[in-house]
Amino acid sequence: MASTLAARQDFPQVPAPAAACFHCGLAVPAGGSLQVLVLGESRRMCCAGCEAVTRTIVASGFQSYYETRDQPKAGAPPRLADLPPSAIYDDPLAQHRFVARTAAHEREATLLLDGVRCPACIWLNERFLRRQPGVISVAINYSTRRMLVAWDERRLALSGIIEAIRSLGYDAFPFDPQKQRAREMEEQRASLWRLFVAGFGAMQVMMYAFPRYMDDAGTISAQDGQILRWAGLVLTAPVIAFACGPFFRSAFADLRAMRMGIDVPVSLGLLAGFAASAWATVAGSGEVYFDSVSMLAFLLLASRHFELSARRKAAAGLDRLARWMPSLALRLDSEGSGPGCRIAAHDLRPGDRVLVAPGELVPADGPVESGEGSTDESLLTGESRPVAKTAGSWLIGGSINVDQPLVMRVARAGMDTHAAAIARLMERAAAGRPRLVEAADRVARVLTWLVLGIALATLVGWAAVDVSRAAWTAIAVLMVGCPCALGLAAPFALASATGALARRGVVVRSAQAIEALAAITDVVVDKTGTLTEGRLRLARIDVLAGTDAATCLGIARALEAGSAHPVARALEEGGAREAACDAVPAVCNARHAAGSGIEALVDGTRMRIGTRRFVAGIAGRANWIEPDHAAESAVYLGAHNHWLARFALGDCLRPDAAGMVDALRARGLPIHLISGDDPRVVREVAARLGIDRFQGEISPSGKFDYVRHLQAQDRKVALIGDGLNDAPGLAQANVSIALGQGAPLSLRQADFVLMSGKLAGVPDAVRIAQAAMAAIRQNFGWSIAYNAVALPLAAFGFVGPLEAAVGMAASSFVVILNSARIEAAFR
Amino acid sequence: MESLYILVPLSVVLAIAAGWVFRAALDAGQFDDLERPALDLLDDDDRPAGPPSGPPA
Repeated sequence: MASTLAARQDFPQVPAPAAACFHCGLAVPAGGSLQVLVLGESRRMCCAGCEAVTRTIVASGFQSYYETRDQPKAGAPPRLADLPPSAIYDDPLAQHRFVARTAAHEREATLLLDGVRCPACIWLNERFLRRQPGVISVAINYSTRRMLVAWDERRLALSGIIEAIRSLGYDAFPFDPQKQRAREMEEQRASLWRLFVAGFGAMQVMMYAFPRYMDDAGTISAQDGQILRWAGLVLTAPVIAFACGPFFRSAFADLRAMRMGIDVPVSLGLLAGFAASAWATVAGSGEVYFDSVSMLAFLLLASRHFELSARRKAAAGLDRLARWMPSLALRLDSEGSGPGCRIAAHDLRPGDRVLVAPGELVPADGPVESGEGSTDESLLTGESRPVAKTAGSWLIGGSINVDQPLVMRVARAGMDTHAAAIARLMERAAAGRPRLVEAADRVARVLTWLVLGIALATLVGWAAVDVSRAAWTAIAVLMVGCPCALGLAAPFALASATGALARRGVVVRSAQAIEALAAITDVVVDKTGTLTEGRLRLARIDVLAGTDAATCLGIARALEAGSAHPVARALEEGGAREAACDAVPAVCNARHAAGSGIEALVDGTRMRIGTRRFVAGIAGRANWIEPDHAAESAVYLGAHNHWLARFALGDCLRPDAAGMVDALRARGLPIHLISGDDPRVVREVAARLGIDRFQGEISPSGKFDYVRHLQAQDRKVALIGDGLNDAPGLAQANVSIALGQGAPLSLRQADFVLMSGKLAGVPDAVRIAQAAMAAIRQNFGWSIAYNAVALPLAAFGFVGPLEAAVGMAASSFVVILNSARIEAAFR
Repeated sequence: MESLYILVPLSVVLAIAAGWVFRAALDAGQFDDLERPALDLLDDDDRPAGPPSGPPA
């Protein structure tokens, strides 16, 4: 209390002259009357900006800022509008929140792109940015509007990128999930509102059109007919003027860019239909088709609304991860265990100590410093049970502390965390455009021209035959022929597949990878760390008559206690699983023989544990009859003239290895096992899994050659590895699949990452990829067949505007439903 | 058939009124979450309900 009081008394002597702003130190203008009550005194303010800032500081309970600061804040707080706008993003402190360092001079950031309305906007921004010197890569996700951009910080600043985007008439700002959510909400409401206007309008307009359809006898008088027409006009006008806005805007943007887009014929059909009907209404003669126009608008909007919500659902799987990072963390003082303070999680720095209370999210990556408990990592790894954590255990940012408070030391924070790396990987995946999609776009463009051409030919042709039908037949052609279904066919199926994979803990790096995975003919699997767990486990205990396994294990563990050797760890873990032995034998005079084993007195008896030859030194001639198991290494235990037990240690197969091999074989994919391990061990593992193509003692470059050799025979190869010694092979393979716990490098390079480390994800991924490609082919076939049939029918006048509207929308719905099936079939 | 001259304009007015009601419901956030409110019904808690669209704290 005394110290605070002293500070308070000292304060007025700090530089502030009589008429200086309390907050910023600038002179208060003559007659300035702004005042704020701070620290029990009324303080003068120079401007409304300072006043607002000060009031906020005081209201938030941070008055002590004014006690502890050395001098007034230099200068008034700048108004946001006055800032050189993009330069603020170059501030290293601000960048810490959204920029990741991927290499020495390479930076990567996620920006939210504003003003995007169509895939063409994305194309434009991507191409333009790629041409900027210093930009390494750009990938924009259409469904989330996020842009992942990598650049060389020596040649370009982030503000340069933002300025470049602004010069195109778009804007970009650092991605903030909260803002994105508000935007999505807004977009969804607008979409629903348009849908309502069009749907309700269409239904009501149909009411006005219906009497005329029923009126075969011509009993409706001209005046009665006229009022029904006018009512139709009044209710169709908002549908055209408001609800159809997106079509017109997109068509206009296409035309201005001298490009053909699928919205052009749609817009033309809607406008021409409405204009012709409106003219007929005003003139009092001729056909009106308000019902067809509003129905087409409604059905098109419905299919787009459905597409929007399905796209969002597919993206939600990815977003869940991206949004999962906690926003606040309780940072403790570096030494004392004081109360600590709440700070934003992205402001954590490596070395900070953080208290994670039960039920809270772990704010960063790092080891546990004190405390024991368990965390739920299911979202990040797919592991459904809580994982026990003690001092030294590694915590993953984004997992949930389940029971006890834990104190952790931050090792990686913000964009450097594991979770952030995965999220970036997923962003990139959703942004890639496979060959197939680009092909579909080209076909759709050609088809659009074709539709316009046929519409014109129809107009001219019918004008020669029957002028009264010319306009409406041409409009029907425009309505029926729009290749919307074709445009939706591929992207929608791929988004659906990406979402389905994400829900199974399989992250896809690019949409091209899905195409490649569906086409593979061979699967090459690495052994150590992929099919097996990559570390020694106690596989079996062979004991001689007169001893029992638990006792021998107890002795062995006592002998190996304190050793960090993998054998000791295997015995330790194995012991935990076997029957626990209560009596721990007393061990003394332990002597380590390097490379051979340990000798010690156990309860007064000299014993040895180690290699066969080492133990034979005291136990005498070995009388183990069976030959050594190839895939296992053995440790022997013996006393004077007396063998006790043999511990067989092996690198165990993952529990789901056999399941994966069987499932892949069932799909007709030959499996190759390659490994740098002893050929005998490889043969043993291959035999156990029923793999007939295998090769041992193969170097990392040998794996590369193996893959290339297969590819030379026209095989499409998928390589599954952990990235530790098969990176060249992973790079060469048509599809690379890495395990989530693998080396960080392989995570960056792999096409697919099995986050859960569960091999069962591989056959699932193959199945989903093949289903997606099948759906895309069906979609293409369907939409092209639809156009081939519908266009001639419409051109020859067999399809009226109403049938055209329904047919067009139905073809889009078929494509959307067929793509959604991928997700539904594997649920 | 003179009634048409009243009823048809009336139907147009009604349609516009229905649109206005929907817009009001939309702006109140009634369509933002179509799943959670259905589950709220199963909540046995008898405390008065909070605002309809507030996100869970």
